[in-house]
Amino acid sequence: MRIATIVVLPLCLIASVLGAERTAGAAGSPADRGREIAEEVDRRDAGFGDSVVGLVMTLTSSDGRERRRRLTWRTLEAAVPGDGDRSLAVFHEPRDMEGTAFLTHTHVDREDDQWLYLPSLKRVKRIASANKSSAFVGSDFAYEDLLSDEVEKFDYEWLRDESCGSAQCFLIDRRPRYAGSGYARQLVWIDQKEFRPVRIEYYDRRNRHQKTLMFEEYRLYLGRFWRAHLMRMDNHQTGKATLLSFSEFDFQTGLTPQDFEPDVLRRLR
Amino acid sequence: MKARSFWTVSVLTALAWGHAGAAEGVDWSGYVSLEPRFFPHSPQFPGQPGSGMSPSAVFAPEMRLAWNDGDDRLTFAPWARWDADDAERSHLDLREASWLRVRGPWTWRLGLGRVFWGVTESRHLVDIVNQSDRVEDVDDEDKLGQPMIAVERWTPAGTFGVFLLPGFRERSFPAPDARLRGPLPIDTDRAQYESGAGDRRVDWALRWSDAIGNWDLGMSAFRGTSREPRLLAAIDDGNRAVLIPRYDVITQVGIDAQYTEGAWLWKLETLARRGHGGTIEALVAGFEYTLFNVREAAADLGLLVEYLYDDRDQTAPPTIYDDDLFLGFRLSLNDTDGTAVLGGAVVDGNGSLAVLEVERRLGDVWKFEAEVRWFLGVDADESLLAGFRDDSFVTLRVSRYL
Repeated sequence: MRIATIVVLPLCLIASVLGAERTAGAAGSPADRGREIAEEVDRRDAGFGDSVVGLVMTLTSSDGRERRRRLTWRTLEAAVPGDGDRSLAVFHEPRDMEGTAFLTHTHVDREDDQWLYLPSLKRVKRIASANKSSAFVGSDFAYEDLLSDEVEKFDYEWLRDESCGSAQCFLIDRRPRYAGSGYARQLVWIDQKEFRPVRIEYYDRRNRHQKTLMFEEYRLYLGRFWRAHLMRMDNHQTGKATLLSFSEFDFQTGLTPQDFEPDVLRRLR
Repeated sequence: MKARSFWTVSVLTALAWGHAGAAEGVDWSGYVSLEPRFFPHSPQFPGQPGSGMSPSAVFAPEMRLAWNDGDDRLTFAPWARWDADDAERSHLDLREASWLRVRGPWTWRLGLGRVFWGVTESRHLVDIVNQSDRVEDVDDEDKLGQPMIAVERWTPAGTFGVFLLPGFRERSFPAPDARLRGPLPIDTDRAQYESGAGDRRVDWALRWSDAIGNWDLGMSAFRGTSREPRLLAAIDDGNRAVLIPRYDVITQVGIDAQYTEGAWLWKLETLARRGHGGTIEALVAGFEYTLFNVREAAADLGLLVEYLYDDRDQTAPPTIYDDDLFLGFRLSLNDTDGTAVLGGAVVDGNGSLAVLEVERRLGDVWKFEAEVRWFLGVDADESLLAGFRDDSFVTLRVSRYL
């Protein structure tokens, strides 16, 4: 599932109303219910194929200084059920990182694979994916906040239903099952109608509220897939914030698994 | 490579630019930098500049033009350095002037370019396509553009590549009266070649690489003029002792492998080479272990350990990496300004080379870097490093990215 996933993040609109009601109204333990909601989020985003989007990250320091990152993010949905998505981020700014690329193969049952391309040396380098909790290019997003997080990567607990802005939400507590997470848990608010995330609160390993992510400006693609075009991450511990602003998404552009092979990084430009 | 073929490539590239002209627009990048070097010690040899600051500057723009949805691309990356104290270091090069053509699983490359192979950090053993631009730095990471016709095919069993390399680039060396020239001046005008074709021999290389599970694997073969010259003792016109580079024809096979698990990267590069007399076997093997989010301060600290071995004898091009240990670290603060520090040393009984590199972004388009190269405990008589022992230096670089 991909509740938190930045670009991958997807949720579909025309899911069966019956299915949604069944999930929402399911009996059973809070753990079962939490997981069922996560599965429904995942199910509604299935079939998006691939997507390409331009992304501007604005990093704001505690004293209000701003820094900009600009990148292109390509995503390929898992071809095989049970495997994870693939994503490729290519930097345009800051200018000294121009052409630098991050390639990730997420996996459900084992560690993700991650490669870095350094254009100045023309070097492709596999990097340790145990970097989960590290900040992505100095932003308030950790790697684990940005990459496709499959359903299996968390334990869930449904806490309650409550209103979130104008909508009604499920509130779910999810705890990472993978090694190297910087979080004890995350609280996720999910829109009951569209099964898309509205807000995530991140709690660090000592269970202190560290960050809050807000999803805004959702738009619908291909009549099925919701994408937020503005995401704001506030770090309550440092006073910093990172704003992600997305261009129009392109879906089903014809990307293939081959376009996400490490050897292909050398021909990106 | 002869100046003539160098300029032929340049002109062809320029024509192709004109032809592709109005396509999807030119994409610019690159940088201009000021980078004074500081030599704290008095020189070892007469004629070399004294201690103190040595000014230098670089202009390295890169232009790219794409059409056919990016499946055809022209890249033009000239390089210009000016150096106040080293006439050889003031130089022009074309790092890249190539046409890249992507057709499904096929990738074609025509022109001057750069190819990197390998996984280790302390020495790039199997990386053989490009010549080192040795006037730039002592770490062999700066390379001259290599003329090539290359085709690579991606398959589910890995990527296979064939590289035809028409034209040889001689290794650059500091001027006879410059710092870091070594024990004797190198007379590059009298370079010798084993091949009758001199610097116009057509070399070739083959490459296979693949990522399989936790493994990244590569194999390569090369047949052609060695990028490393032997240095032959000779006397110049003025009756002074000099060294003349001699480029042998070699055959080399190499393997590079990395195994990645958790915070560990296990790395291996090994080669066998024939052509400098006997057969050379060499190896670099080690690991990089990273402590992520150190003390919850968001910083990552990587520890690097590599063992280097090379069994070449006196007849082969000299190397300092015969039987050494490299210890290093890499600290990334993961802050907004991308502050990072890399340090390490090749530890050897009769002389070591220590490096320290610091980098930090200044705003969105400026960057500051400091690089230290320090020769430690170098024996006066034995070591290859003896001629460099007073040439430790610090480079300060301020770059404006375009």
